[in-house]
Amino acid sequence: MDYSYTILILLTPVILFLLIGLLGDKIDKMHAGLLGTTGLFAITMLSYSTAFSYFSHGTVESFQSIEAFQIVWLQFTDNLIIHLGILLDPLSVMMLVVITTVSLMVHIYSLGYMKGEPGFSRYFAFLSLFTFSMLGLVVATNIFQMYLFWELVGVSSYLLIGFYYERPSAVAAAKKAFIVTRFADLGFLIGILLLSFYTNTFDFNTLTDVNGPAIAQPITNVFMGLSATTWAMLLIFMGGAGKSAMFPLHIWLPDAMEGPTPVSALIHAATMVVAGVYLVARLFPIYSFSSPDSLEVIAYVGSFTSLFAAVVACTQLDIKRVLAFSTLSQIGYMMVALGVSGYGGEAGLGYMASLFHLFTHAFFKALLFLGAGSVIHAVHSNLMTDMGGLKKYMPITHITFLIACLTIAGIPPLSGFFSKDEILVAAFEHNKIIFGVQWMVAGITAFYMFRLYFNIFWNNSPAYHHTPHESPATMTVPLVILAMLSISSGFVPFHEFVTSDGLPLTTEFHWMIAIPSVLVAMVGIGVAAVLYRNKNSRPESLALGMKSLYTLAYHKFYIDEVYLFITHKIIFGLISRPVAWFDRHIVDGILNLIGNTTVFFSGSIKKMQSGEVQWYIWYFTSGVLLLTLMILYFN
Amino acid sequence: MSWQTFSIMRFEILLSLMILYQLVADLSEKENKRMVVNATIFIFGIITLIGFLPSEDSSLFGSMYITDGLRVLLKNILNVSTLIILLQSAVWLGKEENHSKTGPFYLLIFSTLIGMYFMISAGDFLMLYLGLELATLPLTILAAFDKKLRRSAEAGIKLMMSSAVSSAILLFGVSLMYGIYGTLHFAEMTLLQDSSALSILSLVFFISGLGFKLSLVPFHLWTADVYEGSPLPVTTYFSVVSKGAALFTLMLVLYRVFGDQPRVWSLTAYFLSITTMVVGNLFALRQQNLKRFLAFSSITQAGFMMLGFVNPDALGMNTIIYFMLIYSLSNLAVFGVLSIVINATGKETMDDFNGFYSTNPRLSLVLLLALFSLAGIPPVAGFFGKFFLFTAAAAKGMYILVFIAVLNATLSLYYYLLVVKAMFINKNESPIPYLPVSGYEKVALSLCFAGIVLIGFLSIIFDYVQAMVNLTSL
Repeated sequence: MDYSYTILILLTPVILFLLIGLLGDKIDKMHAGLLGTTGLFAITMLSYSTAFSYFSHGTVESFQSIEAFQIVWLQFTDNLIIHLGILLDPLSVMMLVVITTVSLMVHIYSLGYMKGEPGFSRYFAFLSLFTFSMLGLVVATNIFQMYLFWELVGVSSYLLIGFYYERPSAVAAAKKAFIVTRFADLGFLIGILLLSFYTNTFDFNTLTDVNGPAIAQPITNVFMGLSATTWAMLLIFMGGAGKSAMFPLHIWLPDAMEGPTPVSALIHAATMVVAGVYLVARLFPIYSFSSPDSLEVIAYVGSFTSLFAAVVACTQLDIKRVLAFSTLSQIGYMMVALGVSGYGGEAGLGYMASLFHLFTHAFFKALLFLGAGSVIHAVHSNLMTDMGGLKKYMPITHITFLIACLTIAGIPPLSGFFSKDEILVAAFEHNKIIFGVQWMVAGITAFYMFRLYFNIFWNNSPAYHHTPHESPATMTVPLVILAMLSISSGFVPFHEFVTSDGLPLTTEFHWMIAIPSVLVAMVGIGVAAVLYRNKNSRPESLALGMKSLYTLAYHKFYIDEVYLFITHKIIFGLISRPVAWFDRHIVDGILNLIGNTTVFFSGSIKKMQSGEVQWYIWYFTSGVLLLTLMILYFN
Repeated sequence: MSWQTFSIMRFEILLSLMILYQLVADLSEKENKRMVVNATIFIFGIITLIGFLPSEDSSLFGSMYITDGLRVLLKNILNVSTLIILLQSAVWLGKEENHSKTGPFYLLIFSTLIGMYFMISAGDFLMLYLGLELATLPLTILAAFDKKLRRSAEAGIKLMMSSAVSSAILLFGVSLMYGIYGTLHFAEMTLLQDSSALSILSLVFFISGLGFKLSLVPFHLWTADVYEGSPLPVTTYFSVVSKGAALFTLMLVLYRVFGDQPRVWSLTAYFLSITTMVVGNLFALRQQNLKRFLAFSSITQAGFMMLGFVNPDALGMNTIIYFMLIYSLSNLAVFGVLSIVINATGKETMDDFNGFYSTNPRLSLVLLLALFSLAGIPPVAGFFGKFFLFTAAAAKGMYILVFIAVLNATLSLYYYLLVVKAMFINKNESPIPYLPVSGYEKVALSLCFAGIVLIGFLSIIFDYVQAMVNLTSL
């Protein structure tokens, strides 16, 4: 089966980006948007057909990874070659489907949501750029290519967060996201260099080959008690943690909500932020065989983030921030699942569960964000205090949002139930403490999601300036499609397709896990209903009762302030200022001295250029003679 | 004359025909001068294209005249540069008061160009000397071309006197060589070797003679006066084509004829490189007049070119040609913008360029890129040119020299950025008004611009130079 046509999946968005970016001002705005959307539709269809033919033809024993396209890009040495190519394996094909589907929905939705924005065509150009980078990231054949696209994703995310660049808060948020993820990428880059230094390859297929250099020949170099592989893998995870906003590198994600809401749905919910999960999954055999310690770290980081973010989400008033923290929490679940997983067979359940959750989460979280966008579009505010009683004004948004809330809460038979259940099973078999935390987080998740839901759609209406009305069809159609996907994606036989070793996995249904997790979700929903369904004083009294915890959580546990303290007081105050003083007085002083000396010499040889030909000839001839003497002496 | 002879000597024969055409065209009415300019540019464009046709390696007149892939490449570089100068000078020649000058200008330009081709194709020192004189004498007239201007006449007479001395010294060196080797034929001289003090003296004399045309320090003193006094197209021609021809000739003779005993000439290049870079820079720092400024900047650049001679391997030669190509395009772009400004306003000091960006953003951007290229800032082509030169010198272990060169490159960045600062940052109450750019100038600037942006990235060009250098034997 020849898959070389998949290069079109990468080429089309970059051409769209150039076309819309360069001609955006020349053509009608709506045409630019339609051009982007149609192009993306074509890419989506291509991805679907790739996925269909891959999964229907690939099964003999297991799914092979195919290099559909490969060119040599840079050749450092005979061994160390950087390729650019397209890698098709269950993981990347699944990601292709997720990214193009969500991106298409967001494109269609944006046609309505962004209508009338001055930067309409710029927005679509950036969307195409982002789609290109994200697709390039998931189909990368080697870790270096992945790093390139990884940074491109960062850039396009920066551009989109800062889309409303005349707002200082958007600019600050874009900067923060870029700096934090860049900082994490430093670790990623060092990790890549370490790994390739010891294994002499960038290629994923070689790296993750069970008999390959990275796994079969363990590296014995030890630094500070950890092996070089563990260092490399931890540093690579640092890059993943930055993009996936794992604690303590999560601070950029809530601020990133300054971007347009569809962007939050695409980048900060469904695609870019799961890049870290994808990265760990991509290199999973190395983690599993050579560096099980890093997997433990990943599991604990994931678990802590999911708990931390869930608690914070309970107190936020800005509905997009609630969703942002809920994203953190859900990605934490995926990381936990990877962390507790083993390689191959039954042990690989966690791996499968993690990617299954990535798959379902993409749809319901995009749905939540787009629904929130629809609400914001109607009431022109992000704060839930400005909302309430919207269910009678916006029926479609209401129903789809409810479906998404039920999905994320894990109510059967919606998709979130299945994927979360697999994660809990995997955690239960590996580590009871983590299982307990994740079980509790499931309850908290149900609570804060329904707090959001009741506050928006039930409760009492505040005095609206004008009656809110349902969004146009361009916005509601994607909502309906995503709602259907949220309902149905749980029934995809995922365990037959995407597993750690490419072999189908048999899963059983665990009543002992499923029943308690559904129960705790029901409790969460019930508590939220009691507190928020109608206006009453119970939430305030509860917040007063747990005042210190509430304040802590409301301020996101002051993590931002800690960062500010470290950067401003410690780094700027103790390091930067003395360095700046040294630079200004010592370094500049020396340079000024050099400069002044140069000018002085320049003045003193001025007479040479006298304008008198006789002197010119004198210099000429004596120069020749002097030169001859010097050559004779030195020769 | 057979077709084959034509193919071998096509550059020289076509130029001779061109000169004949100019003699006839000069008889035309004043009103038709405009047409002569157009026709000349058109014909020379075709000649330039013909130059790129494939050719074979051959020699004529008992190998007094040699041609091969490398020499064709060098002549093509000069042809393209000359074409760009012709495009840039069209507006200047089109002015009412210059109508009577059109014929002589073209006549002289093509005469010196033909001399330069003979220098490059010489297979014998006599041929080389003939070519050199043919190239130099018309240049002195060109320098004095604005004969009513005092400074132009002064430039002419200064150039003539200094070049007479340099020719004498070069000829002295050549006659010493004849005394040592008993022949002036390149092919025969390569077979003989001599390392006596006399041969060192002769070689240094020869290098000094060509170093005069390259404006290496201390043979450079004519440069500033002549650059300032000559009309701008002539200055451009001096700084690009004349310099290029001298550089290529020096390179061919040293690498091909004295290639077996590189110690003397690479040592000479070592010293000349240092003095030229340092003195050129120190003078450039103080200049306010842009033409003088560019004179010293071109002296500094010549110092960088000498860096390549320190490496007597093929690598040195590659980098010299590559650097010259990039330097030509960058300098042509700078002069192109300058000529638009001077033709329209007559302003030529740095302060006049204050606020230039506010009125002429496109020209400012071209000038910015060209200056960046001269300064060697990545990613424009100039960076690659300098980088390869430094690599070539470092490959021979000349780290001190490379260090000095890097220091000088940094120093030169300062004064190139002064111009950029004037254009983009300095405020001006009455900046130079918006200047319309003629079609010819647009073509010329676009060629330079494309070259500056692309050459660094198109590794195929460096590979091509390398292939040509490796193919050629003498």
